[in-house]
Order: sequence, then C-alpha cells, then structure tokens
Amino acid sequence: MEYFLQQLINGITLGSIYGLIAIGYTMVYGIIGMINFAHGDIFMVSSFIALIVITALGLTISTGLGLTILALILVLVTAMVIASVYGWTTERLAYRPLRGSFRLAPLITAIGISIVLQNYIQITQGARVKPLQPIIADGYTLMTRVDANGEFAVQISNMQILIIVVTIILMTIFSLIIAKTSLGRAQRACEQDRKMASLLGINVDRTISMTFVMGAALAAVAGLMFLLYYGVIDFFIGFVAGVKAFTAAVLGGIGSLPGAMLGGLVIGLIETLWSAYFSIEYKDVAAFSMLAIVLIFLPQGLLGKPEVEKV
Amino acid sequence: MSEQPLLEVKDVETFYGKIQALKGVTMEVNSGEIVTLIGANGAGKSTLMMTICGNPRAAAGQIIFDGQDITNLPTHEITRMNIALSPEGRRIFPRMTVYENLIMGATTSDPAYFDKDLAHAFELFPRLKERKDQRGGTLSGGEQQMLAIARALMARPRLLLLDEPSLGLAPLVVKQIFEAIKMLNEQDGLTVFLVEQNAYHALKLANRGYVMVNGTVTLSGTGKELLASEEVRAAYLEGGAH
Ligand SMILES: Nc1ncnc2c1ncn2[C@@H]1O[C@H](COP(=O)(O)OP(=O)(O)O)[C@@H](O)[C@H]1O
Ligand SMILES: [Mg+2]
Repeated sequence: MEYFLQQLINGITLGSIYGLIAIGYTMVYGIIGMINFAHGDIFMVSSFIALIVITALGLTISTGLGLTILALILVLVTAMVIASVYGWTTERLAYRPLRGSFRLAPLITAIGISIVLQNYIQITQGARVKPLQPIIADGYTLMTRVDANGEFAVQISNMQILIIVVTIILMTIFSLIIAKTSLGRAQRACEQDRKMASLLGINVDRTISMTFVMGAALAAVAGLMFLLYYGVIDFFIGFVAGVKAFTAAVLGGIGSLPGAMLGGLVIGLIETLWSAYFSIEYKDVAAFSMLAIVLIFLPQGLLGKPEVEKV
Repeated sequence: MSEQPLLEVKDVETFYGKIQALKGVTMEVNSGEIVTLIGANGAGKSTLMMTICGNPRAAAGQIIFDGQDITNLPTHEITRMNIALSPEGRRIFPRMTVYENLIMGATTSDPAYFDKDLAHAFELFPRLKERKDQRGGTLSGGEQQMLAIARALMARPRLLLLDEPSLGLAPLVVKQIFEAIKMLNEQDGLTVFLVEQNAYHALKLANRGYVMVNGTVTLSGTGKELLASEEVRAAYLEGGAH
C-alpha cells in the first residue's frame, strides 16, 4: 500500500509533465487538424534554454529559498518567451505557407522541423547529456512503515510539489483563457468553423499563431520541470517525451483540453506503475498498448467529442 | 436620386478551381432596400454572397461598398465594414452556447453597444433568450436560423446578407423569420440582401429582385414585376414553392 502510494505520487508528477506537453498537440490539432511533430522538440529546446539561464544565473542548491524562487520564475518566463518565439516562427515559416495544401504536406514538414531542431541543439549544445545539479532539495515524509523487510517511507519531494502545483496553476489559468477570454473564444470558434470565424471578423491566421505560442509556452514549462526533476537532458528528450505526450493527447481524445490533461496523467501513471510492479524495460510498451486498447474500444479517446451534430 | 448604391457588384467572376461559378454578375443594393436574389439550386447565389465576403475571392470585376472598393479586402476585414452574413447552412458554432455565439457575432463591434444589441436580438427572437445557455448544436433548425440572423445583427451591420434563411424550416417558422426581416428593414432601416429559393415569399417581401441562372443575372425588376413575369412564374413559382 505504501509502495503504491509512492508510485502514485511519482506517476502524477510525470503525468503533469506529459499533460503540459500534450496540450500543445491537442490544441494545434483542434484548430488546424495537424499533428505538430516538432512540438516535442520545442519542449526539448526550452529545457536547454532553461539550463542555460540557470547556469548563467549561477543558481545552485545553496542559493536561499527566496532567491531560488525569484530566479526560477525568471528562468520560467525566459524559457516561455523564447519557446513561444520558436513556436510562432515554425508556424509562420513552415506551416502557414502550406495551409490549403494537401494534408500530408504540413505533417512531413513538421517531421523536418523536428529533425532541424534536434540537429541545431546537437550542434550548438553538443550531443552528450547535460547534467544539472539538484537545485531544490528535501521533501516531506508522508508515512513510514516498518516491517520485517525494513523501513519504507512514502515521500513527496519539494520538487514534486513544485511540479504538481505549477501544473495545476497553469492548467487553471489556461482553461480560463480558453473558456472566458476573447482569444479563447476565437480559438474555439476557429476550431469549430474556421470560415465562419473569419466571416465574423476573426483573424484566423493570428488565432492559429497564438495557439502555437500558447502550446510552446506550456511546453517550456514542462521543459523546465523536466530539467529540474531529472537533472539530465539531451537533444533527444523531445522525441521520447513528445511521443508520450502525443499518446496522452490521443488517449484523452485529440482536440480535447481536459482530455490532454487526463491522458497525460494516465500515461504517467501507467509508465510509473508498470516500472514499479513489472519491468522498467517495457514501460513504453505498456503505455502504447494502453493507447491501442483505448483506440480500439473508444476511438474518440477518453474525453473526445463525438462528431454528431445537427445541421 | 443621384445617391450611390450601398453595394455595387460589377462584372464579378468567381472560379472554384477551373469551374466558373459566376460569369460576370452585376447588381446593386440601395440603402434601405430589401433586395432578393432568386435562382435554382447551383445557380451561383451562395457563391455571390461569399464572394462579397471575399471567400472565394472575385477573379475579375469589382465589389464596392459605400463607395469603397472591397474586392480584395481580407474576409475578416469585411465585417468591420459593417457587412454581416447569415450564411447558407447557418454555420452556428455547435459547441458554443447561444450566448457565446452572439458574443462571436459582436467580434468587431464596440463593446459599449453589446448589452443594448443583445437585448434587441432577444426582443426580436425571444426563443433565443430562453435558450441562452444551451449549446448551438442542440437547437432546432428554426432556432439555429434565428441565432444565425441574431449573430449577424450583433455586428451592427449596415448591410445584412441572408442566404436561404427559410431552407428546411416549417412554414410557421418561415413566416416568423420573414416577419423579423421585414421589421428590421422597416423599423431599424436595415438594408437587406436576401437569397432565396422560396421565390414567392422573397419577392413579396422585397423591393427589388434579381434572377440568377448559371452564374449570370438574367432578369431584374421590382418584386411585383418579377412576381408577375411569365418567366419567373414558370421557373420558380409554379409547382408551388410556397
Ligand atoms: N466549394 C466549392 N467547390 C467547388 N464548386 C463549388 C463550391 N461551391 C459551389 N460550387 C459550385 O458552384 C456552383 C454554384 O453553387 P452555389 O453558389 O452554391 O449555388 P446556389 O447557392 O445558387 O445553389 C455550383 O455548380 C456548385 O457545384
Ligand atoms: Mg446556395
């Protein structure tokens, strides 16, 4: 039981990171019906940006709490802004000119952009893994069990708390933007009927750009969290995390925001629990099998909307 | 009167790929009028409406609104000129509430007018007020049509384009919608350009009308003249569209 609780905490943490990335996939898909394969690499680039800024600031574990928080906010904002520029630029240069072209064109371009970003980081930052010494230490022991096998403590680290809290805050803000602001309404309108949205005065191109920007900003949050949590990054993390997050988006129902969050959690939990109870080698197989099973029995995903509408 | 028309369409040609849907259309709508365009299915009526809105764009000819050439204006700028469209098939945002659909209609309007315009729309179609928080996709066809017109009105148009508002609706609802159009024109002085297959009702309502066949205007005149015309009677009235 204690062991399970511990895995639950670990799974939710991992799931939060996947969920943040998954939102970018699902929103872009919702609005232009395209899988942005380069999205995972935006996440990867942001983790490098975060690493560079952290190193530049000289942030270490001995930095005081107040300063650490301030510095991390600065890192977060910088990573979000720069990632947004990347997101905006890829859309503007690589995808927009292909709008109205055949369906596979932007998809193939996205794979191309993904390769470009990976190579760009590989060349400028090196191909080897980059470590970061832990910045946030300590945590809380929630419960301890002592039995014949020794002692087992259920712990939640400050890092995990940070990841979960930041994810909850950002997802709340983000959901409010979608539900209540004119930008969010414009995004939903474009998702439901792009032509009608433009007839009502919505600048569709700008709305699509903003969607890429928002997705990239959230991926940047995930990038920073990933860096802080695992302490190592390389140019390839975007592929692995991207595929997982994409799986999460499909699992939750592509196009659905709550679906992306839920899908992220489910994938995070499956991966963690599988590694904990079965074998760590096959954790990805477990996550992807889950996807296959859900798609067979629930093709719309967990929270996808059925496309039945009155005309 | 030497006053210029509110909307002038001059020799407009529109293509879908290689298919020419409009073959040089010329017509005009004067301020304060209800003008109707009738014609068989596939004649190019909706294409004309959409071309006025810039999607698809006219390949040749000119569209002039209130003295300004709007032929090449991006579609999302057209509403800013105070032209609003209730399109064919209504195109309600199905997963937005009635209220949100109306907010979308007001995208280009000054927010200061929002409450007043909303009240006006609800006065015109009280059914929408009852269904304010219901999703657009769950409305009946008639309610969706009312919402499409109300949404267009939220843009504070000087010219309202209506594409087949009676399509697929029960006679009683059609009557209601046509009465609303008449009221908007008479009380608010709104200029209306109405596309209809329901020729009898449309011609009775309109000051003037045009008949479109195969992408060209073949006939024009006052509503009364067209109702009396042999050609129109034979093609669009006999066999009872009413
Ligand atoms: N999106 C489109 N792509 C290709 N052809 C179209 C498209 N829309 C309409 N058409 C063609 O253009 C012609 C005019 O259609 P339309 O303007 O819808 O006529 P109406 O509204 O009078 O029924 C028809 O021949 C139709 O098949
Ligand atoms: Mg039509």
